[in-house]
Amino acid sequence: MAEQAQATDTGPRPIVPWLKLEPKPHLEGLKCACGAMYLDPKRVACSKCGETDKLKPVALSDKGKVYVFSVVYQSYPGIKTPFVTAIVDLPEGVSVRATLADVDPEQAQKEPNKVFNMPVELVTGVAAKDREGHDVVAYSYRPSKN
Amino acid sequence: MRNVYVLGTGMIKFGRYPEKTVPQLGGEAAIIAIRDAGITIKDVQMFACGNLQQSNAMVAQRILQQIGQTGIPAINVSNACATGSTAFREAYMSVASGMYDVAMAVGVEQMGKAGLLGGMGGGDPAYATEGKLGSGTMPVVFGQAGLEHMRKYGTKLEHFAKISVKSHKHATKNPFSQYRNEVSLEDVMNARMIAFPNTLYMCCPTGDGAAAAILVSEDKLKQFAGGRKRPRVAASVLTSDPWTERDLTFQDVSTLTRRASKEAYERAGIGPKDIALTELHDCFATAELVHYENLGLCGDGEAGKFIDTKGGVHPSLGGHDPVNVSGGLLSKGHPLGATGVANICEVVWHLTQDDRAKERQVPNAKAGQAHVIGLGSACTINVLTI
Repeated sequence: MAEQAQATDTGPRPIVPWLKLEPKPHLEGLKCACGAMYLDPKRVACSKCGETDKLKPVALSDKGKVYVFSVVYQSYPGIKTPFVTAIVDLPEGVSVRATLADVDPEQAQKEPNKVFNMPVELVTGVAAKDREGHDVVAYSYRPSKN
Repeated sequence: MRNVYVLGTGMIKFGRYPEKTVPQLGGEAAIIAIRDAGITIKDVQMFACGNLQQSNAMVAQRILQQIGQTGIPAINVSNACATGSTAFREAYMSVASGMYDVAMAVGVEQMGKAGLLGGMGGGDPAYATEGKLGSGTMPVVFGQAGLEHMRKYGTKLEHFAKISVKSHKHATKNPFSQYRNEVSLEDVMNARMIAFPNTLYMCCPTGDGAAAAILVSEDKLKQFAGGRKRPRVAASVLTSDPWTERDLTFQDVSTLTRRASKEAYERAGIGPKDIALTELHDCFATAELVHYENLGLCGDGEAGKFIDTKGGVHPSLGGHDPVNVSGGLLSKGHPLGATGVANICEVVWHLTQDDRAKERQVPNAKAGQAHVIGLGSACTINVLTI
């Protein structure tokens, strides 16, 4: 039964393994006892301390702060530009690369200091459909509402 | 470890050679270096070849199939943009260790008009993150490194742009440079934006090219140099990216450079003030700015001031601590695997007052360094002294 269910499953899939869709979409990290944090959920070991059995999954906060950003004008064919890309620091001590939604590219360039440290929150949505017909869910960040 | 000297160098003008193959380009540079050294291919005992985009295609052996199949050990090196300089280090180590007396390093690449690098993976394109989870192209990664400096120290866009103006000015004196046109500050600032803050002229071009070096022991130097002074490899350092907080999300190009720089100065027994010229990895103008500090050419947070006081500019143009007098990657070009060896050629030509650097000689150059970053990450620094 389980195999059959899997074969006919057309439910949404996360674009990257650290995006969890249940119970509600959120990011999950791996935390080592030494304090190092990772997004990659299937690690051989902690690359800071080398320990193999000290890594535990941790649900990550939906809120973070922009560390740095860029405005992308040239990308690959089919990718709409310009858009703002950012490195977002999460309070758990890990950084995430994502598109910044609802931030005007030209304004960001004019006043970069207003983008540095900007409080942002996670938003998710369907970004594509894969070859097997699954909706592929991606995430971005937008300026925090509170 | 034994002393190792650069006996000969060769380089072809960086540009576009669609009519030639990678082994032909590499072979041409190798022949120039072999003749410059005053030896023949039969004297070469070991060969390390750096090439990135055909790294599974035995480029080293195919070069020997062009210029001399002597049956020597040949190895193919791939280390992102540090590919050529890592090949140079392999050749250096093979002589320093005492295993061989004459080694050859070649860096070669044929990129064509490859466009952007980085960002795209394989598999089902629905799972490609580029454009969905921000961007990971090279102009973005290095653009962000520049903005990190702006965030910390209030660096201005003009500072980055001035680096491109300087690079292009330097390149007008280098016949090996892919681009030799001057650009004004306005040209750079108003050029098409690629990834903020890097405009078109603040991004290195793609291209084809090759460079080669012959490394020898002291005995062989005496045998072949015929009284010519040749630079010693005072340090040949390679680092990988150590664990830092954001490195796996936002590649940290500074920490591994700082570690390499510290080790290189210690091994060479000199400091930044003794360096007459630096060729550093200006894949983007933003990268050059952060490396001024990473290589100790100025203090932390002082790169903007360094630029404003003509730091990095050729002495003949009223500058000091010259950086990338060749035109750098921004103007001379950046055929990935060739870059690391070409930078070493440039330093050698100043130390030996070679005619190939005639119009841009840095006077009284006794020590110089060549720095390369390969994203992913690898950093090499080679310090040469005479």
